[in-house]
Amino acid sequence: MIDQYAESVLIFLGINTVLALSLSLPVSAGLLSLGQGGFMAIGAYTSAALTTWYGVPFPLALAAGALLAAVAGLAVGFPALRIKGVYLLILTMGFGEIVRIFFLNFEPTGAASGLGGIPQATTPLGVAVTVAVLLLFFLQLRRSRIGRAIEALREDELAAELMGVGLTRLKLAVFAVGALIAGVGGALYAHYALFIDSAQFGFHRSAEIFIIVLLGGMGSFWGAVAGAVAVTLLPEILRVIQEWRMTFFGTLLVAMMIWRPWGLIGRPRPVLIPRTPGA
Amino acid sequence: MLLQQLVNGVMLGSTYALIAIGYTLVFGVLHLVHLAHGEVFMIGAFIGLYVVLWTGAGVIPALIGALLGTALLGMLIELVAFRPIRARGGHFLAPMISTIGVGIVLQEVTTRLFGGELVGFPHRLEPVTFRLGPVAVTSVQLLILGVALVLMVTLHLFVARTRLGMAMRATAESLLTARLLGINTSRIILLTFAIASGLGGVAGVLVGLSFNAISPFMGVDMGVKGLAIMLIGGLGNIHGAMVGGMILGVIEVLSVAYLASSYRDAFAFAMMIAILLFRPQGLFGSAQSVEARV
Repeated sequence: MIDQYAESVLIFLGINTVLALSLSLPVSAGLLSLGQGGFMAIGAYTSAALTTWYGVPFPLALAAGALLAAVAGLAVGFPALRIKGVYLLILTMGFGEIVRIFFLNFEPTGAASGLGGIPQATTPLGVAVTVAVLLLFFLQLRRSRIGRAIEALREDELAAELMGVGLTRLKLAVFAVGALIAGVGGALYAHYALFIDSAQFGFHRSAEIFIIVLLGGMGSFWGAVAGAVAVTLLPEILRVIQEWRMTFFGTLLVAMMIWRPWGLIGRPRPVLIPRTPGA
Repeated sequence: MLLQQLVNGVMLGSTYALIAIGYTLVFGVLHLVHLAHGEVFMIGAFIGLYVVLWTGAGVIPALIGALLGTALLGMLIELVAFRPIRARGGHFLAPMISTIGVGIVLQEVTTRLFGGELVGFPHRLEPVTFRLGPVAVTSVQLLILGVALVLMVTLHLFVARTRLGMAMRATAESLLTARLLGINTSRIILLTFAIASGLGGVAGVLVGLSFNAISPFMGVDMGVKGLAIMLIGGLGNIHGAMVGGMILGVIEVLSVAYLASSYRDAFAFAMMIAILLFRPQGLFGSAQSVEARV
């Protein structure tokens, strides 16, 4: 069998891929979110509470956590119908902070001291199956009517609506499914880390997920996968990066925005969005 | 009791206002959110602390040091993380995304240099308490209010009365037209970052003084609060940010006094989301300006 170190790297690679895919769905519809950490927290806390206290089987607990995250996704998706761009980023950031503060103060799940003693249920096989199912889903989605509608929504909302794309339902669905996937990622994370506290799901987590997707490229879900591979494996390969992990990725993010804003994967597309509105 | 809470709220709110003004200045000129601004605020607090620790100087040199240090930092951020991206075009959110990277770098570097723990501010200023009828005010609070007010009035006069301030308003109105009229917009943008960051840095020292604790992680919370205030006041609206800061300060203090104190930070965000839903132009803005800016 594989040794413990390789196993942990593989599991985190899988979890990061799940999280990246969770963001890549709304991003592919042009809805940027800086609050995926909040959905992840809901999935993690819900599933962990169920397995730790009530002995609920892990797959059921995972599903419950993911569903609750999806409900939260719907709640956040509603304002997303009305706002976009800068406003949406700030709104999702605010949502992430509210979730963090909630769990920081919520006594039943340990408040500031966190929730420990979670049974280990996340296995390499389980993670691999989850990733495979998600990839299959995204592959099918891209070829489908809905996938094309999502692409149309990203390129030009007004034109998409004129072509008969139901903006309201599509945007809500995209947000909720993204949140659902983030909830799955959170549940997988909680049952591998075995201890969770609110600080693990703060702005930093959301920003990291954001970075993964942006590094890989916003264009397709393969970009999200490539980003997850890069962000998980680079620090393992280069010690220097491991010590200055966030600094490295922060700098990389700035550099990418300057020289390769379309990400590692993909190619520059003609810019359809005005560069600076108002200028 | 209520009066006392109101006074405390205004003191807290004036530091919030200083941070929010920084966001709103940058937004006004570039229509982008400077997401590393919370970290600039945090660096300001650390500069202030180390000016006091190393030179043994008082609060005023610490404030000036933080003002100048963060103003330089702000210009550096503009030159490194904004200007090259603007020059190349690309997605209109790209500069905003790059400031996330800048913020992460600033936070980790500060954590590495100074450690992740809370650091206390040495009290050079003897806390004297003044009593005005039923209200008690400490000298630290007076200093905070005084510094914040002086800076806000100066900023108002600068923007409203000077030629440079006029150039700044013109740039905010339309970058292209301002350039056609012979305004060096690159320089104005740089100046905007310097002013915005300097104010944030001063706010860092003031918050360090009033809570007597600073850490490399203080920027995230305060940054999101500053964003909330900017939204409350209306994007790009300086006076809105001033009033919004006071409103949030008062609400927070009152919520601690009369409601659940542990959720005080959630109030800012809940309020922000409510504003986004029902009045995205802020309390004082017009709907039209939002349409033009998003």
